[in-house]
Amino acid sequence: MAELRARRGPSAGRGIPLLAWRQYRLERRMFWRNPSAAFFNFLLPLLFLAGGGIILSGNQHELNRLVPAIAAMSVMSTTFTALAYNIVFLRERGVLKRIRGTPLPTISYFGGVLANAVTNTALQIAIVVLAGRLLLGIGWPRDGVELAVFALAGVVCFCGLGVAFAHLIPNFESTAAYVNAVFLPVVFLSFYVFDSKSAPAFLRTIVDALPLKPLIDGLWAAIVTGSGLGGKLDALAVIALWGALGCYYAIRGFSWEQARA
Amino acid sequence: MSDSTSTDAAIEVWGLCKRYGAFEAVRGIDISVRRGEVFGLLGPNGAGKTTTVEILEGYRQRSAGDVSVLGEDPASRKRALRQRIGIVLQSGGIYSYVTPREALRHWAAFYPAPRDVEEVLALAGLQDKAAQPSRKLSGGQLRRLDFALALVGDPELIFLDEPTTGFDPAARRSAWETVRRLRDLGKTILLTTHYLDEAQELADRVAIMKDGRVLAIGPPRELGSGASSYRVAYRNHAGELIERQTDDPTRLLNELTAEALARGERLEELSVGRPTLEDLYLELTADG
Repeated sequence: MAELRARRGPSAGRGIPLLAWRQYRLERRMFWRNPSAAFFNFLLPLLFLAGGGIILSGNQHELNRLVPAIAAMSVMSTTFTALAYNIVFLRERGVLKRIRGTPLPTISYFGGVLANAVTNTALQIAIVVLAGRLLLGIGWPRDGVELAVFALAGVVCFCGLGVAFAHLIPNFESTAAYVNAVFLPVVFLSFYVFDSKSAPAFLRTIVDALPLKPLIDGLWAAIVTGSGLGGKLDALAVIALWGALGCYYAIRGFSWEQARA
Repeated sequence: MSDSTSTDAAIEVWGLCKRYGAFEAVRGIDISVRRGEVFGLLGPNGAGKTTTVEILEGYRQRSAGDVSVLGEDPASRKRALRQRIGIVLQSGGIYSYVTPREALRHWAAFYPAPRDVEEVLALAGLQDKAAQPSRKLSGGQLRRLDFALALVGDPELIFLDEPTTGFDPAARRSAWETVRRLRDLGKTILLTTHYLDEAQELADRVAIMKDGRVLAIGPPRELGSGASSYRVAYRNHAGELIERQTDDPTRLLNELTAEALARGERLEELSVGRPTLEDLYLELTADG
């Protein structure tokens, strides 16, 4: 006991940034050890890219549209889908409640978790852009700043929406159903409206008001046309609005533990 | 029902109430837990034990009353207070893809003066499993990891909520041994359980709760014996089991045996005993 006391230093615990960094490192380690996470985050978008590439082979115009669409989908899957899954899993398993009982500051915990999602998104976009360049013959991104701005806006937006959406999912067993009920229709409708000139007007209005299609538009401008941020401020505004809504409900409704029976 | 309060209390609770809508889970309880004491909260499911403990741990806000944990209000959720307490939840999960050693190293960094990780692994009996991913640990091993995670910060006060539920007898004995070792280190422990033998074995004092109220409080042995009360039991000539409580068993036995001899009867299965904690518990927590 005396020796234990002797180790007690004057510090009041480690700082918030250091603890966030440790949480981030733990999240990274867990991510690489979880084969299904690695698959859904990295392999799936590449499979989409490969499949689309084969179907659209020879049509450079369509291939140019495919890459930003897959990049935007990757942003959504590494943030919205991954966070909704993880938060529900950790909440239902009691991990969040355990963390809540420790002195780990909330901001350090979420700093680490969100930095992990940002890393996955950045890796994902890099892989998609690189694969587009090497395998599908599209050029290097035309506007790096615009790419960074839209990627960041997309990450913040879909992180907020993912955490907020986790509140609606009652148990881990139903997570896949809830997440896919949102993810798949949003992805398919956004891809369809982005790619088709003959999409019905009402559908275009709805999809333009959702966050994924504006993100595809923004990434398309950044990667393919290089038209500049000024031309896509409306798309950025839609993403920002959804982001604000997502972050508000993510914080307001956050639950550290299972709902009591 | 108010317990004596003392200046060296680790936990003090005055008139604590917790309502969920119209339902009153805790209805005005007073408890004082001394530093270095193992205090047991006993009661059937739904008695309000876990709600009480979760208010003390800072998980829930109280509806009324005052609470002090190591001199602080747990509702404020101060980081400095959480650095001084360790919590073993009734059911707390852990990351699937980390090993006990990694989890303990990660947790240790939250505290200003953590215990040595290898020492904690040994204390929890997890040395052999230290490098196994937690998803490959058995239920008993995960429970030991719960203990280890609660201890790695070298807390002054440890909350143990139903720590041995689902354990086999050997695992229970081993968990009890760990609790005794913690008490020997001078830790204060608040234990909730519905196992009477566990309370009897480990707790210096217990409070029996039912329907959100504390019905009795004191050392298990004294509570069981009801201060000076004895129980005299026998079967009468009709074969009925008769039980009588008395403060003076000598006089009662004299009367009973004299009457029986006068009638020419035997008092079958005559016994004199002190009521156990279990007797008191069953009496206090009986429905109706």
